[in-house]
Amino acid sequence: MSDRIYLGLPGLATDVTTLKEVFRYRVNMYTIKEEREIEPETFAHLVSSTLYEKRFGPYFIEPVMAGLEKTPSGAYKPFIAATDLIGCLNFAKDFVVAGTASTKLYGVAEGLWEPDLEPEDLFETCAQTLLNAVDRDAYSGWGAEVHLITKDKVIKRTLKGRMD
Amino acid sequence: MDISFALTGKGYVIVAADTTAARSIVKMKVDEDKIKVLSPHLLMAFSGEPGDTVQFAEYIERNIRLYQIRNTYALRPPSAASWIRRALADSLRSRRPYSVNLLVGGYDTSTHTPHLYWVDYLGTMSEVPFAAHGYGAYFALSLLDRYHDPEASLEDGLATLRRCLDEVAKRLVVTPEKYKVKVVDKDGVREVEI
Repeated sequence: MSDRIYLGLPGLATDVTTLKEVFRYRVNMYTIKEEREIEPETFAHLVSSTLYEKRFGPYFIEPVMAGLEKTPSGAYKPFIAATDLIGCLNFAKDFVVAGTASTKLYGVAEGLWEPDLEPEDLFETCAQTLLNAVDRDAYSGWGAEVHLITKDKVIKRTLKGRMD
Repeated sequence: MDISFALTGKGYVIVAADTTAARSIVKMKVDEDKIKVLSPHLLMAFSGEPGDTVQFAEYIERNIRLYQIRNTYALRPPSAASWIRRALADSLRSRRPYSVNLLVGGYDTSTHTPHLYWVDYLGTMSEVPFAAHGYGAYFALSLLDRYHDPEASLEDGLATLRRCLDEVAKRLVVTPEKYKVKVVDKDGVREVEI
């Protein structure tokens, strides 16, 4: 969504495209009106209210967000959040999961994640969690992409997965 | 029972669709054109619920034309496809959605690249090297996966299409007898006999 906000949109393919377009529009409008970039927490509320607008005929999407938020001292702090399909926010301290493999992701993430991981260790934890969860899921897989967001760079890695 | 195929090649897109219009078990027509020419370099094959298909295709055709009249230039294939997708996605959440599946093929005259989009009635869109809708998809996609070449000449592309049509003729219980085939490349749209 911006240099330091990433959004995942698992769900109905048509709504993935529509919401991608809606959020691009709303984030651009915010940037122009406020003359600054949107903060991750503000963006999370934008996602939530966008989804709740369609409370009784929802988009079939369960978004997950990750980013770095600016603290008053000027440092960056990790931020993650997820919502359900009608925009109920979940600000987690540890991890958030979504999609067809969410049940499996909860299990593996619960086993592998620990607090205060270094960037490369967090990448490994995330990559292993994802690959092992999708291998137990019939609807997802065929490889994965992991973005490692740090304060001065973002590393995108493409993972090879089972193709069956 | 509509069947449509499309594939890209070196500087062109081929779009093919059967020409039968049936109702229940009766063939009403064998020369129905199910591929609309939206602009000088844009084609759209449509299939789905009878009635919806033509209504929706004409709505798209006229809006694409209106854009061209207003702005002098026609929409390029990626923009046109996005607009068409959005029309279907908005329709999906309306009181009575259009049940129309599309293959949108075009040639971008600014970047000199062929584009093909697979779009379904939900508004799911993906840019693909080859595509099919209807029962034909069950037989043709595996063939296209094996034989499609994005660098193939028009002759080879048409030969690959021929393979798909032959496979459908061989394996599908009710086979359409005729197909209309249209090609779009740098010179615009034209119909070819196959």
